[in-house]
Amino acid sequence: MKLFRFRGGVHPESHKQATGSKAIEAMPLQKRLYVPLQQHIGAPAEPQVRIGDQVLKGQLLANSQGAISAPVHAPSSGTVIDITEHTAPHPSGLGVRTVVIETDGEDRWQDCQKTINPFELDADEISARVGAAGIVGLGGATFPSAVKLNLWKKHPIYTLVINGGECEPYLTCDDRLMQERPDEIIDGIRIMLHALHAKQALIAIEDNKPDAIERMKVAAHLFDNVTVVVVPSRYPMGSEKQMVQTLTGLEIPAGKLSADLGVIVHNVGTAYAVHSALRQGRPLVSRIVTVGGGAINTPRNLEVPLGTLVSAVFDYCGGFGESPARLLMGGPMMGQLLPHAEVPIVKGSSGVIALTEAEVAINRPRPCIRCGSCINACPCGLLPLEMAARSRKGDLQGAVDYGLMDCIACGSCSYVCPSHIPLVQYFSYAKGELAARRRHKQKADETRKLAEVRMQRMEQEERAKAEAAARRKAEREAKSKQEAVV
Amino acid sequence: MNRQVSNPISGPHTHSEQDTGKVMWTVLLALLPATAFGIYQFGWPALFLWLITTLACVVFEAMSLWLARKPILPFISDGSAILTGWLLAMTLPPWAPWWIGVLGAAIAIILGKQVFGGLGQNIFNPAMLARVALLISFPVEMTLWVNPLPLISSHAPGFIDSLLITLHGFKIDVYSGASVMGHVKTELSNGKTLSDALSQSYDATALALGFVNGSLGETSAVLILLGGAYLIYKKIISWHIPLSMIVTTASLAILMHGLHPERYPGGLFHVLSGGLLLGAFFIATDLVTSPNTRTGQLIFGAGCGLLVYAIRTWGGYPEGVAFAVMLMNAVTPLIDHYVRPRIYGHTATGKTLSYSNKKLARVKQAGEK
Ligand code: SF4
Ligand code: SF4
Repeated sequence: MKLFRFRGGVHPESHKQATGSKAIEAMPLQKRLYVPLQQHIGAPAEPQVRIGDQVLKGQLLANSQGAISAPVHAPSSGTVIDITEHTAPHPSGLGVRTVVIETDGEDRWQDCQKTINPFELDADEISARVGAAGIVGLGGATFPSAVKLNLWKKHPIYTLVINGGECEPYLTCDDRLMQERPDEIIDGIRIMLHALHAKQALIAIEDNKPDAIERMKVAAHLFDNVTVVVVPSRYPMGSEKQMVQTLTGLEIPAGKLSADLGVIVHNVGTAYAVHSALRQGRPLVSRIVTVGGGAINTPRNLEVPLGTLVSAVFDYCGGFGESPARLLMGGPMMGQLLPHAEVPIVKGSSGVIALTEAEVAINRPRPCIRCGSCINACPCGLLPLEMAARSRKGDLQGAVDYGLMDCIACGSCSYVCPSHIPLVQYFSYAKGELAARRRHKQKADETRKLAEVRMQRMEQEERAKAEAAARRKAEREAKSKQEAVV
Repeated sequence: MNRQVSNPISGPHTHSEQDTGKVMWTVLLALLPATAFGIYQFGWPALFLWLITTLACVVFEAMSLWLARKPILPFISDGSAILTGWLLAMTLPPWAPWWIGVLGAAIAIILGKQVFGGLGQNIFNPAMLARVALLISFPVEMTLWVNPLPLISSHAPGFIDSLLITLHGFKIDVYSGASVMGHVKTELSNGKTLSDALSQSYDATALALGFVNGSLGETSAVLILLGGAYLIYKKIISWHIPLSMIVTTASLAILMHGLHPERYPGGLFHVLSGGLLLGAFFIATDLVTSPNTRTGQLIFGAGCGLLVYAIRTWGGYPEGVAFAVMLMNAVTPLIDHYVRPRIYGHTATGKTLSYSNKKLARVKQAGEK
């Protein structure tokens, strides 16, 4: 199949050997699970249980709210002992509402929803079940998958792209999943094809995963409409924009969705979750997590119940051989810095990585030498040096003019910058600042509108009063005139 | 187990091997063979001048940093001042007196770099700024070229004599000769034909290998080329500027030579002589003062090539690389402003991309084997 090249990109050291050949193991159940009610993009879920309630594995804990949201289920059986704020896996270290479950060790499933052949269900029913199972983009984006499955109603979808790129260093959770559960993934893909009314599925896998490619090819060969495509290993291949470009040669137009081109992209983990939800009626309550980084004693892939604390996962992997310089959730290119290890594994946790000082390669920033490396590395055709210079000066409009809003925060620019300038840091700051300003402006606009309405009302009242007074005066005058005549 | 590791930082949490200091040191390494050969060719005075110029640059850099209250050591260790001094030394007449080197260093570092705000802020290549300023102010000292007197040869001045040469300058008539470029230019303007002019001074092989007079960096084309190739291989520079610069100059030369063989020297002559290669690989490619995009670099290189040819052929100076590069440096901000990569999902003019149905059909072709 003809592939297309995206501009820029980098080749970070993959570090995948440590875990890529180790089979997925089950993470032992912990005494307590901390299940955040927001593990997805969109509105937080609303609790459906109360403190003291007994729950079974897979039971609904909190319901989705609004169009873009996802429900949350109990990862094991036990008792709800608290519903409280707990630190979320986010660098801010802020809390989110979290259901705390004391597990009973029995890990008892609730009665599963009766399953029928998914190919006899209509599209709405499939996406409803995917939504009800709490499935979100498991590549890390955590966008509710059901919403994406409904896009065919607006845009005819021709191709479903299954993203097995996994271009982030260290991570091998998708690689292992493809090696060990290829048939389940293919089944999930076929269910999604059916739901999307799409013609074909392309499973894109980077060429550094020969075993996964082999297994997936064998599993896919029975189906004409499912093709495994080997793509070159180049970061950020796994980014939706670059993946679509690689496969089709088309770019997703600015401000549009891939669906506008007739393409939907889902992650392999998501396909697997769809299979479990539709075939076994099981909601998303665990996921494969790569535990890696130079500081970890025994790196490996674990199937972890959601809500398990990262600290427990690290301990299970033998703890640290060297004290870690940074703890990350996700890969080192785009992963989130963890404030500490007492945060739970969530739906988007593709990996938890403990990096040593040497791996992080922290270096003091030096002045920009205008070498243009960042420009050549940027897969989006931006001018990172100019955007950063403007963000730093507080000239946000200037940064936007240079393309800030088209930046996918992939970090390729910072990765290559010989002066170690934290370019993405500047962009995050500028984007955050712009969002804050927008919110502020919205609020101001609303206040102004309210004030205007009130002014208008008062003016109207004034006018009404004045008119009434004028009328009365006129009446009086007319009356007195009459009297005078009489 | 509560490990507070660090403050909120966005990714990436890892870094490539690239480093500013490493970039500079690699360039220095690439310059080494040509420099060593030049010093061998022109003896002790060349070594002294090279040392003095480079050292002076470092001293002026340290002074400027101290005045600007910037940390001295981290900035000095990036190697950029050494590189500036080294490049400047390579374009000076090898037997020039010490004060030429020191003055040049002062101009390069203080006027050429620090007044703009230091590394990365300057518009002009500091070494070229210094060279041009020296050439205009001291035309005599700056155009006195010695014939090669290899260190081992019996005519070469000894250590003490060499020190004296560097301290006081040397007697013009003893060793000097015009550079090939200058010679040809003078002869042509005296009404001689090219073959006459060249017959005494031009030997392509000698020019390529470096057994001719000139500055340290002008002499051995082969070694400069080697250093340049190394830099491209190491991905410190890209081929765009050197290639477009050399090809432009060479094509113009070939064209003009074809029209008037007796008036205009050919392509090879232009490429091999007078610092074109040093300029193309080491000076025009200066990261700070050349455009950032590949397309911009092609334009920049072509502009340099054109100007080099024009100045050499019709200008008042026999050698045009420094002027050409500086003129193009001045245009660089303009090039960078207008030549930008197309942003993903946008058209070249910044509008939202839209595809024809024919293009959209690629989505369907994508599955075909
Ligand atoms: S982080 Fe943004 S600017 Fe930097 S390379 Fe990625 S897309 Fe380009
Ligand atoms: S990579 Fe760094 S030093 Fe080079 S131009 Fe970009 S910001 Fe400047």
